[in-house]
Amino acid sequence: MQWETVIGLEIHAQLATRSKIFSGAATAFGAAPNTQACAVDLGLPGVLPVLNREAVVMAVRFSAAIGADLERRSVFARKNYFYPDLPKGYQISQFELPIVGRGRVEILLDDGTARTIGVTRAHLEEDAGKSLHEDFHGLTGIDLNRAGTPLLEIVSEPDMRSAREAVAYARKIHQIVRYLGICDGNMQEGSFRADANVSVRPFGAELGTRAELKNINSFRFLERAINFEVERQIDLLESGGTVVQETRLYDPDRDETRSMRSKEEANDYRYFPDPDLLPVELDDEFVAAAIADMPELPDVRRVRFCEEYALGQTDAVQLTANRELADYYEATVRAGGDARLAANWVTGELAGALNREGMEIGQSPVSAMMLGGLLQRISDNTISGKIAKQVFDAMWGGGGSADEIIQSQGLKQITDSGALEEIVNAVVDENRSQVDAYRQADEKKQAKMLGFFVGRVMQASKGKANPKQVNELLRRKLAP
Amino acid sequence: MHNKSIMALGAGLRAGDFSSVELTRAFLDRIAQYDGELNCFITLDPERALTSAAAADRLIRSGKAGPLAGIPIAHKDIFCTDGVKTSCGSRMLDNFIAPYDATVVSRLSEAGTVMLGKTNMDEFAMGSSNETSYYGVVRNPWDSSLVPGGSSGGSAASVAARLCVAATGTDTGGSIRQPAALCGITGLKPTYGRVSRYGMIAFASSLDQGGALTRSAEDAAVMLQAMAGFDHRDSTSAQEPVPDYSENLNAPLTGLKIGLPKEYFNEGLDGEVARSVELAVDEYRRLGAEAMEISLPNSELSVATYYVVAPAECSSNLSRFDGVRFGYRCQEPKDLEDLYKRSRSEGFGAEVKRRILIGTYALSAGYYDAYYLKAQQIRHLISDDFRRAFDKVDVIMGPTSPTTAFAIGEKADDPVTMYLSDIYTIAANLAGLPGISIPVRPVAGKPVGLQIIGNYFQEAKLLNVAHRLQQESDWHRALPTGY
Amino acid sequence: MSLKRSDVENIAHLARLAVNTSELDSVAGDLSTILHLVEQMNAVDTTGVIPMAHPLHMAQRLRPDVVNETDEREHFQSIAPATEMGLYLVPRVVE
Repeated sequence: MQWETVIGLEIHAQLATRSKIFSGAATAFGAAPNTQACAVDLGLPGVLPVLNREAVVMAVRFSAAIGADLERRSVFARKNYFYPDLPKGYQISQFELPIVGRGRVEILLDDGTARTIGVTRAHLEEDAGKSLHEDFHGLTGIDLNRAGTPLLEIVSEPDMRSAREAVAYARKIHQIVRYLGICDGNMQEGSFRADANVSVRPFGAELGTRAELKNINSFRFLERAINFEVERQIDLLESGGTVVQETRLYDPDRDETRSMRSKEEANDYRYFPDPDLLPVELDDEFVAAAIADMPELPDVRRVRFCEEYALGQTDAVQLTANRELADYYEATVRAGGDARLAANWVTGELAGALNREGMEIGQSPVSAMMLGGLLQRISDNTISGKIAKQVFDAMWGGGGSADEIIQSQGLKQITDSGALEEIVNAVVDENRSQVDAYRQADEKKQAKMLGFFVGRVMQASKGKANPKQVNELLRRKLAP
Repeated sequence: MHNKSIMALGAGLRAGDFSSVELTRAFLDRIAQYDGELNCFITLDPERALTSAAAADRLIRSGKAGPLAGIPIAHKDIFCTDGVKTSCGSRMLDNFIAPYDATVVSRLSEAGTVMLGKTNMDEFAMGSSNETSYYGVVRNPWDSSLVPGGSSGGSAASVAARLCVAATGTDTGGSIRQPAALCGITGLKPTYGRVSRYGMIAFASSLDQGGALTRSAEDAAVMLQAMAGFDHRDSTSAQEPVPDYSENLNAPLTGLKIGLPKEYFNEGLDGEVARSVELAVDEYRRLGAEAMEISLPNSELSVATYYVVAPAECSSNLSRFDGVRFGYRCQEPKDLEDLYKRSRSEGFGAEVKRRILIGTYALSAGYYDAYYLKAQQIRHLISDDFRRAFDKVDVIMGPTSPTTAFAIGEKADDPVTMYLSDIYTIAANLAGLPGISIPVRPVAGKPVGLQIIGNYFQEAKLLNVAHRLQQESDWHRALPTGY
Repeated sequence: MSLKRSDVENIAHLARLAVNTSELDSVAGDLSTILHLVEQMNAVDTTGVIPMAHPLHMAQRLRPDVVNETDEREHFQSIAPATEMGLYLVPRVVE
């Protein structure tokens, strides 16, 4: 039987506000337990929630970014269930009337084809705290610092047909929220979390029963978890079994999903409008202000890069992967002049160095200004491409600007024809037999043999000779 | 000294006739003398009271004191008071020392009031007789075999017995007005959102409203002045400006249009209580008002509607009492489920559990539309009834409670009969309207309350109407025998 | 609507309240009486009536994104039943 996989994702993006969604406590990651849990976050008797304006602004920006129907009137509801990391016994979320309605994003697959994935809705809600299971004589410790951190839950349509599409979609949402500056996207710290609803069906059939996969904290694990789950479901169905609708936890160590001890055995959340909060009503003025300074979004920027900088699709995709990198690239172009050259250096030498050191673009010791300065020296023939790599390494190591390094290490290209001629003459003199062989060879062979002389000249000049001039000079000197 | 108005006491304090410390001692002495019988207070803190009285005396001497400076009051034990036990009448919070002040508490404290203690109440404000308190029933000063009403029973009885000058209360379905009526005092429930709910332990968030229980409308105006106003910590608090509530207390009532809802004078109403209300209305006619019959056709559904909306909200509001971060925790829980179930079952009393169960049911899958949504729709109809009525009249009058105070134990085992004792007060909560209960002609020595309901944010009008009657009558000055 | 014992068990579990087997019938009876009262609502046709969740027709006010709370852990945990190393303790949570 041919099976078709159907995947929908629920992505929780923590919004990058300073304070919590309903209280004035800080949201910073990594504070000592319960030091950022105020009376409201703890659900003390008598406290009340007041909505953070910035969280609403961020939702509005997201809505605009995915071309969604922004709901001018949305309502907070209580989702009731008991869990120790949920202080009030209910989570304030949005149910019937979410702030962001139907929208869509376009994903680019590896083969270059594009697909549109529907976003069903996105709503604001509060995060829960954390349970810590280690070291309390068989008890669980509860840290409520995270309780009340604003989340935007982004629910997709079941539009994805493979793990790779799901990952491409998740990456796209990740890219968008980071471009918008509404989420730091840190998956390790849990700022960006994806749950996957996975089912399989014979092609053309009705939707199969789905399992919800949780606890996925990287794109790699997302792909693996879905692939494991798809195989599990197919094996199950092909051996005559049935898929149970349940929540399954992905275990990255074993690379498998396993059933969670049914947390929601009586899955009845008794949603109702939160009487402590009033309907959120957004007027034109609010919306206009929220989206007034929207950044250029990745898809638009990619197309512009192709046109404005004459880049190929691969480079443009890579350079617009995140806003910081794209900004870096454009700053490099402004400082360095040559867009093509800048693209090669940013995606080549710089990306390689960052990768080697495990750094983000924002941490690069070589700023866009510095890289631009280096590229200028390549363009104006002060140094060769090869020497430029040497200068780049020195800049990376903190050696100063390109000009300073070129100056202090004496790397300036030798373009003075008199000086070059001296070196070329010496090389020709020292290699008489090769010169003879060259002169007797046919044109084709000569072209190959020229490399030998160029190499010797470069060696003698410690790489500083201008390769183009060397070539010309050699051709002249070697001519019979 | 104990039977004086806030204004008279304030004048005495400012004139130096007596100090706040003396006044506070006098009330503490009365409490010591009478509260053993009445059981109005859950927590007393004489030392703290005298310290703040001394501070108030300094403020008064500095000449910067407002009308409430140095006045001894009591807070219903539903308001969080920093560093003082706040039990909400429940075993669940018997060990709960609130770590912060409710907005109402901090405002009244900034106004210079002296807190004598925290008053007894029905557990989590769920009751109409003060019999559901973990701390025992409060006795009605007019007859100790009778209930004081509820849920603000301790506040009402303590004002009636003059154990404090005034007290705070909360009203979710009548919990200020009904005990005020049964204890022969004045009880004001403001418009929903007029007084901040921050720090007021929630029962039903869309109905709860803090207010005052006082000897008179004049005193209520002074209390409300300090309590009312926008609070940035309460999203549902109104930004409406706060008028001067004392300014127009004496305004003439000539031409005042009074609506008498025919549904409030139905067969459930005690005949003598009805007669007392009619006499009061006659008095208003003499004062130049015009009374007319009106209809609030959906008001008969208010009890049914209320007993869906309030329990639904309470079932969720009370989930935070789980034995984890504060409050009662059962002994040696064997697992998480056991911790939750035993802490909650042992910490909550029968009526609270009953309402949590009803509310849970009304919100549960398959019943939400039939109960919760239906109730919210009828709530709209009830609110529309009032809107139409206020197109025609300025205030609505009727009985606060269908009977005078009933005997302790009389209705305790019959929840539905008990619920019906709030039949006339609940609609104002569903609509969010302000209401006041003032004492009128007693029946067989037992107090009777006249309820006056006003349009949104018309507290000043209610106080004016109430005050004018209190200028013409002495019912509010009557003291229960022995006090 | 009359509640069955199993209904009571179900809602008691949702509400995390323990109801003894011996009390199930009486609780079911109490709750059924209240539901009977509540069902007076059915007398009214509410087709098309907008549900009213709030007494006042106001919109949600938004607060500025400002951190104005400080660390009060010690104060708040002084009233907690069980804490250790700044954490609230509960019986082991199985996931």
